[in-house]
Amino acid sequence: MAHGGSVLALLLMLWAPTIARAQEAELPVSEVAPGIFVHTGVTALMTRENEGAIANVGFVIGDSAVAVIDTGGSVREGRQLLAAVRSHSDKPIRYVINTHAHPDHSFGNAAFVGDGTSFVGHKALPRALAARGQFYLDGFRRTMGDVLIGEVRIIPPTVLVEDTLKLDLGRRSLTLKAWPPAHSDNDLTVFDERSGTLFAGDMVFLEHIPVVDGSLKGWLRALGDLTAIPAERVVPGHGPVSAWPAALADERRYLETLATDIRALVKSGKPIMAAAEHAAAAERPRWQLFDDYNARNATAAFSEIEWE
Amino acid sequence: MTGHRARLLCIASLVAIALGAPAALAAETYDPWPGLVQDIFSNRPMNDGNDVIGIEMPARAEDAAIVPVTLRTKLQPGDSRRVVAITLVIDENPAPMAAKFTLGPDANVTEISTRVRVNNYTNVHAVAELSDGKLYVSKVYVKASGGCSAPAGKNVEEAKNHLGQMRYRQFTKSEQGPATSTREAQIMIGHPNNSGLQMDQVTQLYIPAFFVNELHIWQDDSPVLAMEGGISISEDPNIRFTYVSNGAKHFRAEAKDTDGHVFEHEWKVENPGT
Repeated sequence: MAHGGSVLALLLMLWAPTIARAQEAELPVSEVAPGIFVHTGVTALMTRENEGAIANVGFVIGDSAVAVIDTGGSVREGRQLLAAVRSHSDKPIRYVINTHAHPDHSFGNAAFVGDGTSFVGHKALPRALAARGQFYLDGFRRTMGDVLIGEVRIIPPTVLVEDTLKLDLGRRSLTLKAWPPAHSDNDLTVFDERSGTLFAGDMVFLEHIPVVDGSLKGWLRALGDLTAIPAERVVPGHGPVSAWPAALADERRYLETLATDIRALVKSGKPIMAAAEHAAAAERPRWQLFDDYNARNATAAFSEIEWE
Repeated sequence: MTGHRARLLCIASLVAIALGAPAALAAETYDPWPGLVQDIFSNRPMNDGNDVIGIEMPARAEDAAIVPVTLRTKLQPGDSRRVVAITLVIDENPAPMAAKFTLGPDANVTEISTRVRVNNYTNVHAVAELSDGKLYVSKVYVKASGGCSAPAGKNVEEAKNHLGQMRYRQFTKSEQGPATSTREAQIMIGHPNNSGLQMDQVTQLYIPAFFVNELHIWQDDSPVLAMEGGISISEDPNIRFTYVSNGAKHFRAEAKDTDGHVFEHEWKVENPGT
């Protein structure tokens, strides 16, 4: 009996952190392939109401460890993702991979800080977080409020990906690739060979209009190499998990249309304000959040293409 | 003098940032304009600029790093006064004085467009100084951008790559052929224009400021436009403006940055006219 009691105590000790964390609701996830879990974010801007849960986040379970891929738009979402991991696996979370610096993908990092967990990112991610972190905290405090943003910490990666890096989760190897400037200047993709699943981060958008915050020309150039990744399915940064590489078609069409329209505006001597009004207007019916991002994509693209 | 004040404002905002969020919240209720009139314009009286100076910006800063702004002088042709200088102030930015444009006495510049960073919901003031020595002010209100847009650079390596490149372009306005002497031109300068207000979260050190602080444009030897710039001017400073050609065959620009680099270039004017 005494012996049984100590085993129970030991079990309780082992499970205590899990029990404490289990108070947070689990983020709904679906298993898109064996050992690959994804939460599909709502297609919306980050608000107090949606707790910033607008991006796709997920995790991969190997034989010895778990890797989390993006942590969501608030620490609350991060904790819910952690609860979801814990309901599917008790293996240690060895890696938290941020696909890039944007707040909807990295504001949940603080939920995963702990011994034995390394944060992994593009070699340019620390610089981007340094340049933008405080601005993001101030900006999203306005729209999401003190309660959600007060606990957000900007947590830079300690494992940096220069070009490619393999992470071993135990009979499951993830291939991380750092891209030249495309969606942002710190995009990272994660490919799980075993299941043929590509976590593309915001290199791939479906339904949610693509957002250009790096280089339109770089992004168009990257599409070739991206298509060549031998995946069966893609987990995009935003939008449903889809068949690969067919999932790229809409994004490619949008980015090409934007580039073509901007080139014509620059050539005819139109000012940058005209770009915001006219570029890629034909794409409006095909995307959600078009009016939230197209003018801004056009403005950014204009300032890039006018240097050609 | 103005440069000195701008620096003081920078330091004040560094302190504000160091104090953290309360400063950002306070900014939404506190109107900084009276203080800016004191700091930038030595409390000189401000007259209504509705008939003197126009300022156009989009109602929302779509991209926080690249917000287009157009300044347009509104003096009637018969007016004996002329616009000597226009100062652009973005009230809620870390360094509010974005730029001071000095207009060449004989160039008749009536329109200047550039791009600025907008950090917050803010009033943006354009203050014109006329040859009668008085100041005239107009303003617009701009909402900060949403989403993941930030006033920082998008493609930091590329910005370094075209450091110091200069481009000149002349535009033909449909209603103004070579027969008239009014021209529209644009100067682009490749420069990251780092603000120096961004703190590295790891080292807790500020990334050093590095920006274009002076730009002079001439047609032959006659000054067209000069700009004293601050960190609110977007990466790759871009100035588009109208002017009246004096028949000059060459256009010349000289830019200086805070590290003491001097960038110069000269271009041939197409259809110099007159």
